[in-house]
Amino acid sequence: MAHNYQSKYQNPVINWIDTRLPIFWLVDTAVGAGHPTPKNLNYWWNFGSLAGLCLVIQLISGFVLAMHYTPHADMAFASVEHIMRDVNYGWRIRYIHANGASFFFVVVFIHIFRGLYYGSYKAPRELLWMLGVTILLLMMATAFMGYVLPWGQMSFWGATVITNLFSAVPFVGDSIVTLLWGGFSVDNPTLARFFSLHYLLPFVITGTVILHVWALNMPGSNNPSGIDVKGPQDTIPFHPYYTIKDVFGIAVFLAVFCAFVFFMPNALGHPDNYIPADPLATPSHIVPEWYFLPFYAILRAVPDKLLGVVAMFASIGVLFVLPWLDTSPVRSATFRPLYKKFFWIFIVVCFGLGWCGQADTDMPLIPFGEDEQAIAENIAARLPADSRAELLANVPGDLKVLETYATRAGMSEAAFERLVEKEKVTFDVLHLNRLLTAYYFFHFLVLIPLLGWFEKTRPLPESLSSPVLSPSAMPAE
Amino acid sequence: MKKALLSGFAALTLLGAAPAAMAEEEYLTSEEATEKYHKYPEHFSFPQSGIMGTFDRAQLQRGFQVYREVCSACHSLERVAFRTLTQIGYSEEEVKALAAEYEVQDGPDDDGEMYYRPAKPSDYIPSPYENEQQSRASNGGAYPPDLSLITKARPHGPDYVASLVGLGYTDEAPEDVQVSDGQYYNPYFHTVLLAMAQPLYEEQVEYADGTPATIEQMAQDVTTFLTWAAEPSMEARKRTGIGVMIFLAILIVVSYVSYKKVWEDVKK
Repeated sequence: MAHNYQSKYQNPVINWIDTRLPIFWLVDTAVGAGHPTPKNLNYWWNFGSLAGLCLVIQLISGFVLAMHYTPHADMAFASVEHIMRDVNYGWRIRYIHANGASFFFVVVFIHIFRGLYYGSYKAPRELLWMLGVTILLLMMATAFMGYVLPWGQMSFWGATVITNLFSAVPFVGDSIVTLLWGGFSVDNPTLARFFSLHYLLPFVITGTVILHVWALNMPGSNNPSGIDVKGPQDTIPFHPYYTIKDVFGIAVFLAVFCAFVFFMPNALGHPDNYIPADPLATPSHIVPEWYFLPFYAILRAVPDKLLGVVAMFASIGVLFVLPWLDTSPVRSATFRPLYKKFFWIFIVVCFGLGWCGQADTDMPLIPFGEDEQAIAENIAARLPADSRAELLANVPGDLKVLETYATRAGMSEAAFERLVEKEKVTFDVLHLNRLLTAYYFFHFLVLIPLLGWFEKTRPLPESLSSPVLSPSAMPAE
Repeated sequence: MKKALLSGFAALTLLGAAPAAMAEEEYLTSEEATEKYHKYPEHFSFPQSGIMGTFDRAQLQRGFQVYREVCSACHSLERVAFRTLTQIGYSEEEVKALAAEYEVQDGPDDDGEMYYRPAKPSDYIPSPYENEQQSRASNGGAYPPDLSLITKARPHGPDYVASLVGLGYTDEAPEDVQVSDGQYYNPYFHTVLLAMAQPLYEEQVEYADGTPATIEQMAQDVTTFLTWAAEPSMEARKRTGIGVMIFLAILIVVSYVSYKKVWEDVKK
C-alpha cells in the first residue's frame, strides 16, 4: 500500500474514506470483485467460507452464552440449565454453540482433506497451509476447554484425562499440570482459567484466520487441476461469482446444521454430560468429543504415556512439514493415479482411527481360537505332579481332551468354560488401533516422499481455459 | 448428580463383597452377569417422538401424578419450578393451589429465624431429602438420582426409563445371578442389579381421566413427564425447526437459481 494511494471509487464519501483508510480496497481485493479467482473451483472449495461462517456463528453464540453462564464449579452446571430453561431462546443459543463446534470441525476436516487431495499445501502455499494447521490446533484447544465449561461428568473426567497427559513431559510435567489445574486436581480454579482461555483463544483464531486469508491472497486459490493460473482468461472475479456460489453452499450447510440443532441437538454429545461433575464417581467409559477420537486413538495406540502424547501431537505436527515431505511436483490428485488411491485409503484409515477411539480397546474383532498352552498350564497347576508333567509334556490341541484333564483336576464344566473364554486369542481393537496408527505415519513419512519419485503422473493440461485433454489421450505413459 | 453412577457403584461394591469362592463356582461375576443378562431398552413410540411429535397434555399430567405419588418419595426434581407446570396444561390457579400443598423453608425473617411457608409458583419442587447424606442414610447407602435431566443423561433416555420401571422388574432374577440384600434384579440396568426396589405396581395410582393404571401405562406416562422436565423447550424447538427448514429450503432454491444465473456467461 503506497502512501500516495488514491482511491478509485466513484462515490465521494467512499473515495474520501478509502483514500485515507483503504478498507474498501482491502475487502474488495480479499473477497470482492477485485480478487481474481480460478474459474474452475468445484464445490469442495466452498468449505473455506463455510469455516469462516462457523467461526462467526461460534463467536456470536458464545458471547451471548457468556452473559448467562457462571464459571464456578458449584454453579456452572446449574447456570447451563438456567440458560436452557429460563433464558429467552437460551436453549437455541446453547444448541447452536454446542453443535456449531462439531460442525466447525466437520467443515475444517473436509477443508483439510480437500487441501490434501488437490495439493494445496505445495509451493507457493506452504505458509497458508501451516497457518491452517495452526488454526486447527487452536480450535482443538478451544473446543476442549469449551467442553469442560458445562461441568458435567464428561467435562470433568475429560479434563482430568487430558490435563494429566502433560504430566508425561519430562522434568516439568507435574509443574505444567499444576499450572493447568491451578491447584492439585481439576477443580474450580481449572474451570475459571478454562473459561478465560475459552474466551481468549477465539480472538487468536480470528487473528490467525486473517493471516490465513492474507496468505491465500498472495498466490491466490489453488484449483482442482492444480496448475497455475496463466492469465486473465483463467480467472473470474470473486464477487459476484464465488460470493453467490458461497451463499448457495451456506444455505445447504445451514440446512444440515439446523437439522441437528432443532431435531437432534444431543446426538453428537454424550449423555453423561447431563450428569453434574462428580470427582468421586468415574464414568465407566471416558470418551472425548467425536472430533478428537482419531487423535485419542493414536494416543492410546502407544503403550508408553510420554511417547503416546508425542505421537498424538506428531499426528498434527507432521502436517506442518508435509509441504517438504511431498516430493511430487504435481499438485492435484487428478493427475496422480497412485496418490489418488492412497488418499482414499488414508481417508478410510482416519475414519478407522475415529472408530477405534470410541471403542473398548480390548473388544475382540477377529477370533484366532484359544491359547491351549495357557489353558493347560492353568489346569496343570491343579493336577497332581505326575499328571501335571504328562499334560505339560504334550499339550493337546483339542479342547475336548483338555476338558478331560480339567475334569480330572476337579474343575466344574462352567469353570472350564470360563477358563477357555479367558484365554481366547483375538485380534482386538487395540491391535487394529496400532495398525492404523502405524499406517497414518507411514502415509506421511514413507508413502508421500516415495510417491514423488516413483509415481508416473498423467500429463497436465496446458491451462485452465483448455483443461480437458481428450479422454483417450489421458493415460499417456 | 452422582446419583445414578453411585447407585451403580454401590451395587458393584455390594456384589464384590460376596465371598469369592462361592461367587466363582455358583454365581456369575458382575461382568459375566451383565454380559449374559443385560438388555438394551425396548423402543417405545411416544407421542413426543419424531420431528413433529408433541406432548400429550393428559399424559404429561398423568405422568406428573405418578412422579408425585410414587417417584417423589425418593427422587428429587430440583430443576423444575412449579410455575413451569402451566406448560403441561394446568391453569395458574391450579399451579398456585398445587404449590401450596408443599412447604418450603424461607428466611431469615426479621427476627433472624428461618421458617416454613407454603410454596409459591416461583419455588422449585422441594426435594424429599435435605441433602445427599440424608438421602443415602434412608436408602441403604444408595443415592436416588435427581430426575430433572434423567431422560437426557442416559443413552436412549426415554426408552431406558420406560423399560427400566415399566418392564424390567417383571423378570425373576436368574439363578446364577447373586442378588444381595438391598439389591434388585433388572436387566435394563447397566449392571443388572440396582438398589431401587420395584417402584410401580398395577393400579398403584388412580388416574382422574379413567386411564387404566397398568405398570406399562404408568411407566410411559412418567417417562413422558420426565422427558418434558428434562427439556421443557422441546416443542418450541421442533416448531421453530420446521419454520427454519422451510426458510432454508426456499433459500437453497433461490440461491441455486441465482448461482446458475450469475454463472451463465462463464465459459467452461
